[in-house]
Amino acid sequence: MLKNIPLSAAIGLIITGTYFLAAICASWIAPYGMAETVGDVWEPSSSQFWLGTDQIGRDLLTRMIFGGQTTIFIATAATILSFTTGSVLGFLAAVSGGWIDQLMSRLVDLFMSIPSLILALVILSSIEATVLTLIVIMGLLDSTRVYRLARAVAVDISVMDFVEAARLRGEKIGWIIFREILPNALSPLVAEMGLRFIFMVLFISTLSFLGIGVQPPLADWGGIVKENKEGINFGIGAALYPAVAIATLAISVNLVADWILNRTTSLKGGRG
Amino acid sequence: MHPILKLTLQRLGLGVLLLFAASALIFGLTEILPGDAAQAILGQAATPESLANLREEMGLNRPALTRYVEWLGGILTGDLGNALTNKLPIADQIAKRMSATLFLAFWAAIISVPLAILLGLVAVRYQNRWPDKLISGITLASISLPEFMIAYILVFFFAVQLFWAPSFASISPGMSLLEQLHAISLPVAVLTLVVLAHMMRMTRAAILNVMQSAYIETAELKGLTTFTVIYRHAFPNAIAPIVNVVMINLAYLVVGVVVVEVVFAYPGMGQYLVDAVVKRDVPVVLACGVIFAAVYIILNIVADVVSILANPRLRHPK
Amino acid sequence: MTEPLLKVRGLKIGATVYPPGEKPHDIEIVHGVDFDVDPGKVLGLIGESGAGKSTIGLASMAYGRGGVTLTGGTVEVNGRDVRKAALRDIRRLRGAEVTYVSQSAAASFNPAKQIMEQVIEAAVGQGKFSKADAQKRAVELFKKLGLPDPETIGNRYPHQVSGGQLQRCMTALALCPEPDLVVFDEPTTALDVTTQIDVLKAIKDAIRDTGVAALYITHDLAVVAQVSDHIMVLRHGEMVEYGTTDQIINAPLEEYTQALVSVRSIRHEEKQPTEPVLRVENITARYKGTHFDVLHNVSVDVSPGQTLAVVGESGSGKSTLARVITGLLPPRDGTITFAGRTLTPDQPARSREDLRELQMIYQMADTAMNPRQTVGTIIGRPLEFYFGLKGAEKQKRIQELLDEIELGTGFQDRYPAELSGGQKQRVCIARALAAKPKLIICDEVTSALDPLVADGILKLLLELQKVEDVAYLFITHDLATVKAIADSIAVMYQGRVQRYGTKSEVLSPPFDDYTDLLLSSVPEMKLGWLEDVIANRKMESAGN
Repeated sequence: MLKNIPLSAAIGLIITGTYFLAAICASWIAPYGMAETVGDVWEPSSSQFWLGTDQIGRDLLTRMIFGGQTTIFIATAATILSFTTGSVLGFLAAVSGGWIDQLMSRLVDLFMSIPSLILALVILSSIEATVLTLIVIMGLLDSTRVYRLARAVAVDISVMDFVEAARLRGEKIGWIIFREILPNALSPLVAEMGLRFIFMVLFISTLSFLGIGVQPPLADWGGIVKENKEGINFGIGAALYPAVAIATLAISVNLVADWILNRTTSLKGGRG
Repeated sequence: MHPILKLTLQRLGLGVLLLFAASALIFGLTEILPGDAAQAILGQAATPESLANLREEMGLNRPALTRYVEWLGGILTGDLGNALTNKLPIADQIAKRMSATLFLAFWAAIISVPLAILLGLVAVRYQNRWPDKLISGITLASISLPEFMIAYILVFFFAVQLFWAPSFASISPGMSLLEQLHAISLPVAVLTLVVLAHMMRMTRAAILNVMQSAYIETAELKGLTTFTVIYRHAFPNAIAPIVNVVMINLAYLVVGVVVVEVVFAYPGMGQYLVDAVVKRDVPVVLACGVIFAAVYIILNIVADVVSILANPRLRHPK
Repeated sequence: MTEPLLKVRGLKIGATVYPPGEKPHDIEIVHGVDFDVDPGKVLGLIGESGAGKSTIGLASMAYGRGGVTLTGGTVEVNGRDVRKAALRDIRRLRGAEVTYVSQSAAASFNPAKQIMEQVIEAAVGQGKFSKADAQKRAVELFKKLGLPDPETIGNRYPHQVSGGQLQRCMTALALCPEPDLVVFDEPTTALDVTTQIDVLKAIKDAIRDTGVAALYITHDLAVVAQVSDHIMVLRHGEMVEYGTTDQIINAPLEEYTQALVSVRSIRHEEKQPTEPVLRVENITARYKGTHFDVLHNVSVDVSPGQTLAVVGESGSGKSTLARVITGLLPPRDGTITFAGRTLTPDQPARSREDLRELQMIYQMADTAMNPRQTVGTIIGRPLEFYFGLKGAEKQKRIQELLDEIELGTGFQDRYPAELSGGQKQRVCIARALAAKPKLIICDEVTSALDPLVADGILKLLLELQKVEDVAYLFITHDLATVKAIADSIAVMYQGRVQRYGTKSEVLSPPFDDYTDLLLSSVPEMKLGWLEDVIANRKMESAGN
């Protein structure tokens, strides 16, 4: 599978992998403690503080590593939640049809008629933002999009002749879902998963930046921007590091997702 | 009845239904969650008495349905209630801030819509060549960053390093239009960048879709010039999808505005909403949430209606 | 001798392909072709899919679809080489000297504009006629092409007229500017067989009356034999044979041409009906959520080891009949008896034995196989499912089946995407055979294939019928196929069985009006056939 990997996808995979590795090993690789004040306010980068220090003198590299851990953890968990809920319900709707499908689809239409950010703001006005609630809110709000995709893909596949052939053979519903539909739906869903993950990173960063996402003392990339935004007016770029981190992560995941999607089309197209 | 009128009315009716459902959803979301607004305002340290008092004051003891109907009735008659924090009528605040937000969104739309269509056309004209690749590269970069990041990058370079524009967008009634525009130049630039990427990509796809149709080939095989082919054959069919793209992206501006206003401390609806969320001022959140949702839904309805009106099969039935 | 209108020498055409996941690269699709078209003459270009015939047709207008470019040779129209011409000169040629009629007029008309505006656009835009004259000419052409309401049909929008009518409008569009040459690119292929014949006649008369020259592109030799003066046979971008229509049809020199001409020449001895394996009685059916029946009181029998062909045009209900028999669409009324047992109307409730003994093969082999399963898995699953075969025993049986469908070893591990169209259909046949069925429903199994490949599949099916003693219910719109393989025939029209009996009964006069129309509409590889048919038939085709 990895033999014919194009350069862009390889770069994407390496960068994505590095970010995840850094997130997992944060406590070992971070040079200082997360809440440890080690220097002056907004020190420039030096051999001691590679990225300089933040608005109260904490090492910015350390903050970025721990912040990345929080951001990536929340985004990953929310993506998994969004995916399991969305795809299970989407497949169910597609296979069962009838009123179950109608009811779920109209409900999803309703949720999607309001921007997710507005809905999240409304919910967070009456519920306390913790890591858990953020994951649940983001995951469930986003699962509507996954639901639509999973349902559409499953409906497309389930009307194909080979599924009808399996039904006519007398195959049970389990074989049809897991052996006939799922292998064909996996690639578009995995590619979509990459895009949903990026969206989650952007979403949690935005919420934290607005002050209603991850709460101190926990750090995340959006929160680091919020903490250091005053520095910008003094020409201090501390708040811009998360921008670089988010952009590189997002673009790498995008490259990988693109590659997965292309592989799918090449298998389906075939020759002839 | 003419089928096109019937379909349009159906779509509008469905839209009204959706607006009501959305308002119920927003109201419901602040209700079903554990804890109520009174609890949220007072926090964990609240005494049972103070909680009960506040609940009484907020009318939380009455059934949710009654309160929803009252609240909806209030919205429909222009009475949005009073804010919890400063007890002032919400409607007055919103009236002021709404015009500020519309001012911002208007200029962002005026710049981004023609620019996006133009760049979309360029991308199609030079498909798979460098202008197309450059445009799609920039698009990828700009959708990979949250709005507030783009904002701070612009502030860092254009406000702090180059002093071209102010980093805070404060406008006052006494300023001339030019001064006001100068004040909001950075937030407008951010909003433009954010929607431009999406709009350009979708415009490109919409035009490509039309340009690949067999009737474009027919037109080319009639020996018509490229301009005539586009103007006479592609344009009438591309107009509906492009209007659709524009509407969807204007709806997208609704979300962008929230964040951008916070970054630039711009006194609009978005900042009002975020402030209210932080202060747990539920009536304000509800009012702003419903207005944002309504704008979003209405723009989407307009997009659908335009598609219906532009469909030749519906306009000239058999 | 007059100077040819279109003179093509050593024409090479290349294209850039973008296979997903690979670097784009250039390929050559036409490798040096020579031909002439004289003024007022019709040249037929014939070949299977991928022969490059449409590409060559468009090359005469210096046009390449999707990255196709002319890479060598000359294409002279009225003495000027269009390959070297400037774009503005090419524009003056297109729509004035050379015009084009596509396969799908429905897609080729701009949906947002009235027909008249599009028909006269080239004639007016090229300065050949004033708007009023062009409109007058268009109305005359509408009349000549047999369109209803020729005065007003131009005011309609494309979606407001039928497919057959739109194809005539497209012909009017091509003839309106009084061109020297018209390129017809499979103009009747998308139409039903009884509609095709009228459009074909209209096109032929219009060519004759206007004295225009034409390049007539098609995959159907019988069709091109009716309209062309000369025929060029193409294969894989190269010329196989060139000659007069008479010579190509009656005395082809090349082996490939002979095969094309003799295709459908399978002879099959008709068997007499015996105690039926499948008995369909008084079936009436409709689709969920609709309020009209698509099948009315349909009764047919299939004898063991024999073939019942169900023929009809699109909308006749023949595929619905298959869905009813397989239990996918439970009928409103009527019974189906299979191997002596009454079948449960609803498929999920049927016994495994009933399911095994009644198999199905689909029109599109592409979508009938799971692209994520190997040929071995596809054929092996019924063996496992119905007979519980495993391991070496299963492998042995798979190999036997692969031998039966004339695919060798090594096919087991291939994926469907790695097979050609004919090979795919063979694998589907093997999958059906693996269940050891008594009856196989074949739903248009050859209509997506090129004639020679289809011929091979039909021969294989007949051979297998002898060996396995399996009965076929063969659904098709193609009467030539029916004549080749059927023992009995049911002609369907508007949801009813119009005519039913043994092959010789059904195909012998006297005919009812519809069967006469259907039978007579199948193009025959005979010069002058078209005129004979039009003069002698009893009923107007429905597509007008």
